[in-house]
Amino acid sequence: MSQGVLETATAIREGNQSAMDALEACLSRIESGDTATRSFQHVQADAARAEARAVDDAIAAGRDVGPLAGVPIAIKDNIVMTGRETNCGSRILEGYHSPFESTATDRLRSAGAVLVGTTRCDEFAMGSSTEHCSSGSVGNPWDTDRVPGGSSGGSAAAVAAGLVPAALGSDTGGSIRQPACLCGVTGLKPSYGRVSRWGLVAFGSSLDCIGPLTRDVPDAAALLNVIAGPDRRDSTSVDTEPPDYLAALEDTGPLVVGIPRQHRHKGNHPAVEAAVDEARATLEAQGATTVEVDLAMTDHGIATYYVVATAEASSNLARFDGIRYGRRASMNPGETLEDLYARSRGEGFGPEVRRRIMLGTYVLSAGYYDAYYKKALQARRVIHEEYKSVFEKCDVLLGPTTAEPAFRMGSIADPLTMYLCDRYTVGANIAGIPAISIPGGHTEVDGVTLPVGVQLQAPFLGEPTLLRVANQLQQASEHHRKTPAA
Amino acid sequence: MSDSDTTSLTLEETRHVARLARLQLSDEELEACRHDLTAILGHVATLGELDLEGVDPMAHPGDRTNRIDPDEAEPSFSTDEVLAIAPATEGPFIAVPKVLGDDGSSA
Repeated sequence: MSQGVLETATAIREGNQSAMDALEACLSRIESGDTATRSFQHVQADAARAEARAVDDAIAAGRDVGPLAGVPIAIKDNIVMTGRETNCGSRILEGYHSPFESTATDRLRSAGAVLVGTTRCDEFAMGSSTEHCSSGSVGNPWDTDRVPGGSSGGSAAAVAAGLVPAALGSDTGGSIRQPACLCGVTGLKPSYGRVSRWGLVAFGSSLDCIGPLTRDVPDAAALLNVIAGPDRRDSTSVDTEPPDYLAALEDTGPLVVGIPRQHRHKGNHPAVEAAVDEARATLEAQGATTVEVDLAMTDHGIATYYVVATAEASSNLARFDGIRYGRRASMNPGETLEDLYARSRGEGFGPEVRRRIMLGTYVLSAGYYDAYYKKALQARRVIHEEYKSVFEKCDVLLGPTTAEPAFRMGSIADPLTMYLCDRYTVGANIAGIPAISIPGGHTEVDGVTLPVGVQLQAPFLGEPTLLRVANQLQQASEHHRKTPAA
Repeated sequence: MSDSDTTSLTLEETRHVARLARLQLSDEELEACRHDLTAILGHVATLGELDLEGVDPMAHPGDRTNRIDPDEAEPSFSTDEVLAIAPATEGPFIAVPKVLGDDGSSA
């Protein structure tokens, strides 16, 4: 089991451990511990060793090594790094080496982090189970016959199994929070634009966010401190300097917590309901006021999301045409350029990505634009306004992250049923607000212990309050310390 | 899309969408896609229950508009970097199939 982010950084900065030793320990944990979960797509040991060596040299030379010096971090396989392979869980990007670096990984490295390798995800981040990955699925460390959630399933599983102290994921409709929930770790989706999207392979550009998956809230705050901030390479990045999120954990003062009635659904697993009740009681005991509020649009979230997200995906994924980079299909005599595009894409994309491209193309096509896309954008406005008015009554929202603990691999074959897993998470992406999933308890299912999670949501740029409340909950509980039996 | 519409796609419509999306799909794949899209669009049709008359569409959280950068030249990728990731090259070029016919028409 690896140490946490802050623990590792302190040990290295104070000379109690070298960055290279921390990395080698991490690499051997992956070597011996990632056989059943398969959370890593590529372990990039040589590149990581070079980074660890640079950190140790800097410490030896007395140079400032940054807040994450020597901390091994895994990166979701849809965030590009120079000279390292990125596949996005897709055949179409087999062997792809990015010529440029994402802002988030660049900042991690500048802060001294050592990037260990890439983690498996659903193809182009489209999925809720990491079963849609061209190189195979990822097992949940709590029960390897179950899914880790998705699409950042490899990142969540790697942290939950103690292989790395932290990982980056991306969240378009719940892809950080849902796997964090199903794997029993902390997963933060920041406000839209708080972390630059430069170098994140685009899925739904108005929804996508990069964020950390960690063992606890202070570690998430430490990573956010490094990756958040304006970036001229992403015109949608928020142009104000971020506050110190670690310092914000010390905030005190009155707090009103809203509980959306529509998230206390009768379909929720009893352990999920119990976790929300417990979190509510904890916050009340700590002096917070709780109020029930309405997010009446909850039932329309999935319909809104799957129109907006697939429309954007169909446009974004048009760039994969087999011409300039990525996999090109072979051609037969007499075939046209259009045949080449269509075959490269038909062979290169898996069924879920094809389905979403088809749906997105349909809702944007002539005659259907007003009926689907425009209507979804109007519903998006209503959802956004609803959050705004709810946040006039409370500082944060508390509810479940998912209705159920981790499900068995292969048990959800119907795409719509899979989409409905994101019922409680898509709202934050539609509105652009920050949200976090933290472990809220555990339950026994068919003889195995599985984690359940609670979700907190805050207004746009409300990360300081969001993290403070999540940290308060973790200070009063041991749920986040429980780890899967090895 | 009417309020109670259970949108059903035909195979021909599905084929048309696949053509627009530049996706080569087998007949089996098209049929599976038709089935799935029909089910998903059936759920999306629940948006018809909402009164959205006069609501301003929201394409982007925060309604942010474009930010304009100064028009200054900066270094870009070298030709070698670009060619290194291309699936087919010929000298300093990315190789592509013939785009124009021998008479200059679109092939």
